Amino acid sequence: MDAARPALTRPPPLAGLRVLVPAVFLGWFFVYPLARILGRGMSADGFREVLTDTGLLEVAWFTVWQAAVSTTLTMVLALPAAYVFARFEFPGKAAARALLTVPFVLPTVVVGSAFLALAGPGGALGVRWDESVGLILAAHVFYNFAVVVRTVGGLWSHLDPRLVAAARVLGASPWQAFRRVTLPLLRPALAAAGSIVFLFSFTSFGVVLILGGARFATLEVEIYRQTTSFLDLGVAAALAVLQLAGVTAILLAYSRYQERRTVEQTLRPVAEAARRPRGWRERLLVAGVLGSSAVALGAPLLVLVERSLRFGGGYGLGNYRALGSRGGRGGLFTSATEAIGNSLGFAAVATVLAVVVGMLAASVVAYRRDRVSRWFDALLMLPLGTSAVTIGFGFLLALGWPVDLRTSWILVPIAHSLVAIPFVVRTVVPVMRSVRARLREAAAVLGAPPGQVWREIDLPMIARAGLVGAGFAFAISLGEFGATSFIARPDRPTLPIAIFRFLGLPGRFGQAMAMSVILMVVTAAAVLLIERFRVGHVGEF
Amino acid sequence: MTHESFLVSDDVLAAFTSETGVEVEILRAGDAGAMVNQAILTKDAPLADVLFGVDTTFLSRAVEAGIFDPYESPAASAVPADLRLDPAVTPIDFGDVCLNYDRAALEAAGVPPPAALRDLTDPAYRGLLVVENPATSSPGLAFLLATIATFPEDAGYTWRDFWTELAANDVAVASGWEEAYYSTFSFSGGDRPLVVSYASSPPAEIVFAEGEPPAEVSTGVVTDGCFRQVEFAGVLAGTDRRDDARALVDFMLGLEFQEDVPLNMFVFPANPEAAIPDVFLDHTAIPTRPVTVDPAAIETNREQWIETWTQLVLR
Repeated sequence: MDAARPALTRPPPLAGLRVLVPAVFLGWFFVYPLARILGRGMSADGFREVLTDTGLLEVAWFTVWQAAVSTTLTMVLALPAAYVFARFEFPGKAAARALLTVPFVLPTVVVGSAFLALAGPGGALGVRWDESVGLILAAHVFYNFAVVVRTVGGLWSHLDPRLVAAARVLGASPWQAFRRVTLPLLRPALAAAGSIVFLFSFTSFGVVLILGGARFATLEVEIYRQTTSFLDLGVAAALAVLQLAGVTAILLAYSRYQERRTVEQTLRPVAEAARRPRGWRERLLVAGVLGSSAVALGAPLLVLVERSLRFGGGYGLGNYRALGSRGGRGGLFTSATEAIGNSLGFAAVATVLAVVVGMLAASVVAYRRDRVSRWFDALLMLPLGTSAVTIGFGFLLALGWPVDLRTSWILVPIAHSLVAIPFVVRTVVPVMRSVRARLREAAAVLGAPPGQVWREIDLPMIARAGLVGAGFAFAISLGEFGATSFIARPDRPTLPIAIFRFLGLPGRFGQAMAMSVILMVVTAAAVLLIERFRVGHVGEF
Repeated sequence: MTHESFLVSDDVLAAFTSETGVEVEILRAGDAGAMVNQAILTKDAPLADVLFGVDTTFLSRAVEAGIFDPYESPAASAVPADLRLDPAVTPIDFGDVCLNYDRAALEAAGVPPPAALRDLTDPAYRGLLVVENPATSSPGLAFLLATIATFPEDAGYTWRDFWTELAANDVAVASGWEEAYYSTFSFSGGDRPLVVSYASSPPAEIVFAEGEPPAEVSTGVVTDGCFRQVEFAGVLAGTDRRDDARALVDFMLGLEFQEDVPLNMFVFPANPEAAIPDVFLDHTAIPTRPVTVDPAAIETNREQWIETWTQLVLR
């Protein structure tokens, strides 16, 4: 829509803060650390080495194409599930949606071992996919499925079902109605989900390292190698710049597209849009989609559960009992309750940070449609496309002043929130943009001051999207491993860190698996709880 | 400041605090490589007072970068000379990276455990071994160094020849120890009965055994071609608590800490007077002649060795 709307429809208060808070946060904890580490390493030699090394250029190419293929596959495979979740009511839907988020948070070491157990040496499926691109792509789909279902399904569930009904009445086939009506309306969410999946796959680290054997590497893996084993900051910086340039180009293209293609529409409460399946066709569709998703996503998870129960030649709860307390023979560096406590604490702080900064930032992106907002949008997403080791090392150089935060526990939730903010922004912006301006105008004409318009029209819808974002933020923080392990930090092991440490010792595999199952349960419970909050009186949005 | 694998019993650190009145706060910073590099980046304003966990492969880089305020604990005079690689730091523990084998699977394959590294190139051992990528794994690098020490550059048969033959003999490569040991090693359900691991992996299996400890360990250790890795503690330059830092390094070489080391980190204490638990001694193979490579040579050649290895084995 046009950029210059009358002032009275321009929403909310806090105009200055909306820019300032996110700008300061990102400037302090992302831009400045990044600039310091790149500044330290950048050299003409580094770039020359990268640009003349065919091995490194192959790595760059592999990074791009595997990300593109992973994104396409995820979108195609997850769209039917997004549809079913958006349009139908079925028993256990809330629980199913929470479970869907579980794969997203599992540490890559754990998922890697589950995939290898299925399709690796001696795998349960009887096929050998290890050291092949296939398993890498499958793992990326496994990880990102929830992103598409939730982001696209989120908007889909609010689309006015009468639009499709009208198209059908006018003679459109179901496919035509989907292509001509639904798809264009979904574009903002499709693009949002696609960009996130792409960035995740683009910067994939653990998955590529574990499932690709030694034969595949992404830029992220190469930056890690150059930084931690060679301390070759020149090459690492050149690779990081290459990675950033690619990510920025994609993001700018995305946000330009997003702005042009957004269609304002009247979003409907979920209760109006979703219903129970009617007739055998719909029932078959719902059952088929849910069943196949459950099998595909559930198999690796079941493998983990099965392995956590293997104990002393049979099955039992011994691994779980062993996690109960510290100490004992061989020492246990943390009890399960301690690790759960640490993880929940960090996740709570990270979620608050991500939601506050993310919502303020989203309102800038959504309501200011100019060059500033486009760059701002790209900047918000950049942390997703930046390697964890670059940021972790940047923190060391940049955060010694004015307060020395370099060894503070707060760095852990801050790093988590950098990854989570894009999710909050991406879930909220499409909803903010789609709230029909006419609704606002009508309210304003009827005498509501701008603050009230925002509170009563925008807020309830946006708050629901914000909660979805908060659920993501919480889940991201629970599962984050890479950045956490790079940051020099006081000894408060989170669940993923504990899993990783157990895996590092022979004979503790079962305990690592038990800890992974605990992580799954905690995540599902947390997401379920967060989504139970309801805001306003508009029904479930 | 230490790495992710550091482990000590709570009461041992508490004993240090009650002796000296100094509280120890543990700061973790990734794996050994990441930790050393973080210490180098922050050497003008150190994050901690003591650094523990720099090993043979990163020692030279750390010392050359000047991150240490040179200090070797007086008690180090009792430590065997082959562990005292640099007077700027104090050796705390050592361990060996060795081939492990799955007894049952090797028997089923009809071959004896290899007696020497060279045996691995024999067609009888075709497709039986998994190693870690030295570019991404610390035992992987240690094993590469073991082969470089065993088949040196100036010998008739060099490490390049060895790896060329190994690659032709269908060696599998995993990116990390976890994948190699838990997914590819036949003992954990994979299909390779030989894996690059630690001499102390069998006792760890016993100590952490799920349920009743088995009477006999089902994995064994090949004692030829083991690479000995030493871990050091050092006082970080720029600390404003030099005396406390030195006291902590001294404590780490003291009996209380040293005797806690084997069953926490599965390595040998550097102090020869420390008593070692039976379960550890009974099942840990002590290599006949562990090999090592001079830290300075590792620092100079690391990148090139890894690059050469990658060309020979992966390309």
